[in-house]
Amino acid sequence: MTQNAQTPLSFDDLTLGYKSHPAVHHLSGALRAGSLTAVVGANGSGKSTLLKGIVGLLKPISGRTRIAPGLKIAYLPQQSGIDVSFPAQLRDLVGLGLWPKRGLLGRRRPEDEAAVSGALRAVGLAGFERRSLDTLSGGQLQRALFARVILQEADLILLDEPFNAVDARTIADLMSLILRWKDEGRTVLAVVHDLDLVRERFPEALLLARRLVAWGPARETLKPENLLKARRFHEAWDDAAPWCAPEPEEASPGAHVHGHGHSHDHAHDHRGAA
Amino acid sequence: MIALLHEILIQPFAEFAFMRRALLGALLLALSACPVGVFLMLRGMSLAGDAMAHAILPGAAAGFLLYGLEILPMTVGGLIAGALVALGAGAVSRLTIQKEDASMAAFYLMSLALGVCLISLRGSSVDLSNVLFGAVLALNDEALRLIAGVCAVTLTALAIFWRALAADSLDPLFLRSVSKIGAPAHFLFLGLAVLNMVGGFQALGTLLSVGLMMLPAAAARFWASRLFPMAVLAVGIGMVSSWAGLLLSYHLELPSGPAIVLSAGAIYLVSLIAAPRGLIATHLRARGHRSA
Repeated sequence: MTQNAQTPLSFDDLTLGYKSHPAVHHLSGALRAGSLTAVVGANGSGKSTLLKGIVGLLKPISGRTRIAPGLKIAYLPQQSGIDVSFPAQLRDLVGLGLWPKRGLLGRRRPEDEAAVSGALRAVGLAGFERRSLDTLSGGQLQRALFARVILQEADLILLDEPFNAVDARTIADLMSLILRWKDEGRTVLAVVHDLDLVRERFPEALLLARRLVAWGPARETLKPENLLKARRFHEAWDDAAPWCAPEPEEASPGAHVHGHGHSHDHAHDHRGAA
Repeated sequence: MIALLHEILIQPFAEFAFMRRALLGALLLALSACPVGVFLMLRGMSLAGDAMAHAILPGAAAGFLLYGLEILPMTVGGLIAGALVALGAGAVSRLTIQKEDASMAAFYLMSLALGVCLISLRGSSVDLSNVLFGAVLALNDEALRLIAGVCAVTLTALAIFWRALAADSLDPLFLRSVSKIGAPAHFLFLGLAVLNMVGGFQALGTLLSVGLMMLPAAAARFWASRLFPMAVLAVGIGMVSSWAGLLLSYHLELPSGPAIVLSAGAIYLVSLIAAPRGLIATHLRARGHRSA
């Protein structure tokens, strides 16, 4: 369990992608328990892919993700795939967050209803229990999904662009909720585009440009030279790109030693693993 | 007056055993198939039910070819064919980018063509119409037992997997992030749909059993705002349709299966127009609005 408490999640030369084209390329490193990390990078730099890889929606092309045994993960995807025309009330949607606790057959208890109401209150949706889904605004739905994350009581919380299409006040509310999760000792990894927000509120940041550019304290990671480096990558796939082979690589600068080193005797045969 | 009502509404069932059996079979079928129809509809698979009904045909036809108009071989054949098509289509949609409606269409069309060929080997169109349209007025003990069995299996499976099916319909990505039960539940559900279709085809035929499955569900959609009440209401609508359809068929000498489905269709049309989520309520401008 001490292992669990220290590194809930680590990447071991992880390459994720689609059709043998890497979207996250040779990522290594570890998340500290109770840390709050922003994942930043341009469109197509692999941020969402990384989250999908952690949840297991995407199998690695090579390398692996190590998740501490018994770790409970909550995942808020970028596009929720929720059918808002489904005949359900908000308490039904938020109540899905009780799944880790109650599972398929566990009976709902009276306190569950109170928990759902409490979670709704925490995101500023008190009294919305019986609203049907198609009467909610985009921002209200996003708050409701945060309420569901609260109920999941997860150790590791993955948020993919949680502030999309959300107004400033709601961002402030949701941000303080995220900070409270961190205070409760949960580990949070969030994809965020607003770099100023990251500098102000996120202790740590992980800058991706398919490859890891930098990973460490947010202000350090978002230095101009790192951002410049992150911008120099081609979003388009190159079908003629050579197969990835071991190459000597400069050690990534930065105070944190996140172990972004390749094991150079490792065979990088992506095709074989796919 | 009361005597007249009694004569119209109750008498046929009191007097004739075949009417009672037909009613019992249809009620059991409604109890079992209507909740399945609700889930089919909510998963955007309303037409998949129709496709599956066609898919059953070659199996039933094969049973019919080998053993004649016997319930057991036709049922088993239908189950096998339906399961093959449902599993095939489900697997294609889960494993490739093709969506379920397209893969289902591909599989059922192949299956339907095969079934028509098989039946034509044997000959007469009377036989074909029996397979396609059923004979609810001629339900024997065997057929009633089959329907009761289908009903029991369906209700048990739904009770166990209800939460998973609901979650997988409402937010499939979430379910995948917390549990691996989504895919098995989906396949089990497809199996239930096939089972109900097969259960219904003796009574209503392969084509009309879809009607009793989907029309009450579609009608209930206009009334209910939560899943469970919607399923209960669909069952109620299915049962009323069965009773009304059999009476229509008795008094007006209509074919019984289509009369049941038409009754469900009438309830659907009324719901479409008059229900709280129907045309009038959503499109008629409210006379006033609240201040907040």
